Amino acid sequence: MNKTRASGRTVGGLRTLLLQAPAVSLLFLWMIVPLAMTVWFSLQRYNLLMPGMTGFAGLENYEYLFTDPALWSAIGTTLLLVGWVLAITVVGGTLLAVLFQQEFLGRGIARVLAISPFFVMPTVSALIWKNMMMHPANGVLAWLAESLGLPAVDWFSSLPLTSIVIIVGWQWLPFALLILLTAMQSLDDDQVEAARMDGAGPIAIFFFITLPHLKRAISVVIMIEMIFLLTIFAEIFVTTSGGPGLATTNLAYLIYIRALLDFDVGMASAGGVVAIVLANIVAVFLVRMVARNLDN
Amino acid sequence: MSTLQLKQITKSFGETDVIKGVDLEVNDREFVVFVGPSGCGKSTLMRMIAGLENATSGDIVIDGQRVNEVGPADRGLAMVFQSYALYPHMTVEDNMGFSLRLAGVPKAERRQKVLEAARILQLEPLLDRKPKALSGGQRQRVAIGRAIVRNPSIFLFDEPLSNLDAALRVQMRIELARLHEELDATMIYVTHDQIEAMTMADKIVVLQGGVVEQVGSPMELYHHPRNRFVAGFIGSPKMNFLPVEATEAGAEGVSVRLPGGDVARVPVAGEGVSPGTALELGIRPEHLVLDDQGPLRGEIQVLERLGGQTSLYVAMGEQTVTIMADGDVAHRVRDEVRFGFEPGRAHLFAADGLALPSLEAHPLAGLKRQDNRLASDAGSE
Repeated sequence: MNKTRASGRTVGGLRTLLLQAPAVSLLFLWMIVPLAMTVWFSLQRYNLLMPGMTGFAGLENYEYLFTDPALWSAIGTTLLLVGWVLAITVVGGTLLAVLFQQEFLGRGIARVLAISPFFVMPTVSALIWKNMMMHPANGVLAWLAESLGLPAVDWFSSLPLTSIVIIVGWQWLPFALLILLTAMQSLDDDQVEAARMDGAGPIAIFFFITLPHLKRAISVVIMIEMIFLLTIFAEIFVTTSGGPGLATTNLAYLIYIRALLDFDVGMASAGGVVAIVLANIVAVFLVRMVARNLDN
Repeated sequence: MSTLQLKQITKSFGETDVIKGVDLEVNDREFVVFVGPSGCGKSTLMRMIAGLENATSGDIVIDGQRVNEVGPADRGLAMVFQSYALYPHMTVEDNMGFSLRLAGVPKAERRQKVLEAARILQLEPLLDRKPKALSGGQRQRVAIGRAIVRNPSIFLFDEPLSNLDAALRVQMRIELARLHEELDATMIYVTHDQIEAMTMADKIVVLQGGVVEQVGSPMELYHHPRNRFVAGFIGSPKMNFLPVEATEAGAEGVSVRLPGGDVARVPVAGEGVSPGTALELGIRPEHLVLDDQGPLRGEIQVLERLGGQTSLYVAMGEQTVTIMADGDVAHRVRDEVRFGFEPGRAHLFAADGLALPSLEAHPLAGLKRQDNRLASDAGSE
């Protein structure tokens, strides 16, 4: 009896590996094929405008890329965009979550309204901001400025990156609000009351009770938003097309320019590899931070 | 000195009246327990004393000062919550010192006060832990420690032991009583557990439906319940109630006809009771004795053998009566038993639920809680 079970376990062990194999290999292929192709293309002379020039290029594409000031500007833009949007959504989301947790008339409707921007397609919301909000002649913001006697701001030419940050921040604020509001609802009322008995006012309760309680949710928000914000594309494409100059060209948009405007597949692939490396550097810090937070 | 008076306190949530005019006096260093079934308003009453809820009307007076408009932190009270409500991201030390930190007490002094409270509760080895890493009993002690550090004039406990297992509850009960001696503080304690109420209280306040039914010492409530509700609520198993008819009322007591036809004379004041009045006889299960000559009879439905004692559930016609008998009774289910009681142990209740007052006070009704334990200097050794 014992023997059968022991041998059965070995076979069972093998069997579990076999059973896992299809899923694991599928996921591995899913990851490795595009990655390998990108790396391979990045080492090729591969420009659709110059079909005659082919062959192995070595690190030539990377050499061009790294000496191109556009790359460093794009990396900087990417980080600025991610950083500012994160700052706006996390700070704004936390404050809004505290606000929407209070009892007031029409709270349910207000919550739905505050969360609805998240359901608008990025292209659509970018177009709305471009043509109805920030337009220097027809925009609401221009009308507001004029009614205050101020000159209208041409947002996309004078403050291009700020405009993109505002649009993306507006889109992602509801997401942060949603996650943080849910987290707020799991805050134990007794804890708040105990803090009140201990002499904590609203501000002390926010910093000593609410914020530590939200820490975990905030790190989840940061992680998920980061994944999406590193690859922001539609909003830039629809509004500024990466301009003026390179002012709003982030890494994703730069790769797009190289691949589908310059038709330089090799160079675009090299840009893609840089993006992968950047994402991984960020991810290592991020995953560590989140893991530490989730542990506690 | 720390006293508390409630004067005609009421509380309504919208249309619902939760507390309907409560008057209460809590003396210095008293241990007062609020008991009652769930929904009786005992927790609401405590939250109003704490300042977490506003009273709809009436006065809350602490040490002679009306505090209705004073915030919870400034009433000089500390509260221990049923869920403990420890701050999960702070260490035990930070949890206990939080109120001092908010009050701007310097770090060294804070630490000294926390250590002092930790010593009383034997929490010193745990000061650097987070609440998550503590057992239920330890969390409970931290919650009490957090209250002690504030050095309040009155401690409030909201069902503090209900999340502990039975053995730990017994231990914490003794520890709380010891703390009360050691801290010399006034304590108010909410519970639905009558053992906690009976063992710890100087004064029990029985609440029902937002009204105070009776206030008194544990033995007073047990031996001289003011009405049928208190009689049924205090004591376990519950008091038996039998419908009886008065046959005679005199200076010696009231004679009633029992369901079996026999007459018993209960020594209670019978003014206004005329022969023929329908009354209710209350008799506790532990005061019913199996007796072959007894005036009452019935058929055993269920036996619960606990070893030392046996509970008999006996059907008398429509009624079921509980008897607490010796552990060695040999009866079987469906056996016919006869039983009786000592008339002095019985209570009579009029149709309005009020008890007819006893002619003589029970000798133990005047006992104080301190009479049941060694003095604190001897007890702490």
